[in-house]
Amino acid sequence: MKFTEDHEWLKVDGDLIVVGITAHAAEQLGDVVFVELPEPETQVTKGDEASVIESVKAASDILAPLDGEIVAVNDALADNPGLVNEDPQGDAWFFKMKIDDMSALDEYMSEDQYNEFIA
Amino acid sequence: MTDLNRTCLYDLHLETGAKMVPFAGYEMPVQYPMGVMGEHTHTRTKAGLFDVSHMGQVILRGPDAAAQLEALVPVNIQGLAEGRQRYALFTNDQGGIMDDLMVANRGDHLFVVVNAACKDADIAHMQAHLTGVEPITDRALIALQGPDAETALARLVPGVTDMRFMDVATLDWDGTALWISRSGYTGEDGFEISVPDTRAERLCRALLEMDEVMPIGLGARDSLRLEAGLCLYGHDITTDTTPSEGNLNWAIQKIRRTGGAREGGFPGAERILKDLADGPSRLRVGLLPQTRAPMREGTPLFASADGDAPIGAITSGGFGPSVGAPISMGYVPVALSEIGTKLFGEVRGKRLPVTVAPLPFRPSTYRK
Repeated sequence: MKFTEDHEWLKVDGDLIVVGITAHAAEQLGDVVFVELPEPETQVTKGDEASVIESVKAASDILAPLDGEIVAVNDALADNPGLVNEDPQGDAWFFKMKIDDMSALDEYMSEDQYNEFIA
Repeated sequence: MTDLNRTCLYDLHLETGAKMVPFAGYEMPVQYPMGVMGEHTHTRTKAGLFDVSHMGQVILRGPDAAAQLEALVPVNIQGLAEGRQRYALFTNDQGGIMDDLMVANRGDHLFVVVNAACKDADIAHMQAHLTGVEPITDRALIALQGPDAETALARLVPGVTDMRFMDVATLDWDGTALWISRSGYTGEDGFEISVPDTRAERLCRALLEMDEVMPIGLGARDSLRLEAGLCLYGHDITTDTTPSEGNLNWAIQKIRRTGGAREGGFPGAERILKDLADGPSRLRVGLLPQTRAPMREGTPLFASADGDAPIGAITSGGFGPSVGAPISMGYVPVALSEIGTKLFGEVRGKRLPVTVAPLPFRPSTYRK
């Protein structure tokens, strides 16, 4: 698993990458009450707004971590936004992307580096 | 956070795991480890303890205090019975609302509680117009709210069981005089308790030791009051809104209205009485977003999915944990204020449906 400075996690799943938010981010956000997911088959550029999370406190964006295509979204989050708090780094993934260049993942942090980043 | 004030309960907040944020010049707990949603639900089902010591407590003394205060508020203060409390509004010459407040008749004086963000201005305003203004600086203010509030507080102060909604009383707790009102800001039965700074922490610890009582932060305070349809000053009502626009006609008793025995005689009377007689052009209403996306403060409202100009805006909004859906309040033209009117709120560039709904969103459970 790789981690971004925007508190997203990225996991390789075959030829796709799965994107979610970290447990640390979920805890900071507080109870999540709404998740707006992107449309599948959307081309995104790194830094595009790819999802919105609304917690009891505020709205936050999830940015596309890499260039590529959104190929699947986790509809379970639309029905049960609280899943983001329950299992942020597991069942509460946001979307899956097909990316052009898997080596682009290398720029992101390892788990140890991320833990140091948030310490 | 060096310039911020702290209440006398600051250390207790840290000890109980509060996350502190700046609010109205104070470092205040926004949430505790339970989290906003859990704290909200706890208050609705058991009892929540709030530190509201940042609010302004002021005593008004003198035989003319009630008459003098009436010159600042469109409210019947002279008719407020001893041992009773009432909601009031400071208005300005244009009929706008400068603050909302609680006024209690405590026998030989009036006791006033004003909003933290307005307290310096309110005290200056009162000192300019009243003779016996005494700001209280050595007492904390706490609120105990929820269906178990009476049971919990009665263990320490048995006399509270005799109080009903909006009663005030001075009751003894272990040699300390507590100034108690049966009121609050959550829509629940409950109490607000003024206690000397030196005894506040002990009182809070005695309450927090009880199984029913948990500490509650500003986050849940906001979602609780929003579900109860209660205004947040500076957001839902401001100097730009009149009492009628704010849907607060109920706060202006007949005796202060046109034709009443003490008609007018408060700042902005001309405009406020005109609004009462003719109706305002816009109104604060409840709004239920029809998707799961919360519509927060500042969200513009439109009459149709492709209408040009906004017809109003959301002034408070978020998720209502007890309603189980997003809820908002905002201003709309009177012609579009009927319950059930379908409007649109623009969230992140998208027009999403929202329906005018009755306030409160959840029935209040005051002990009348």
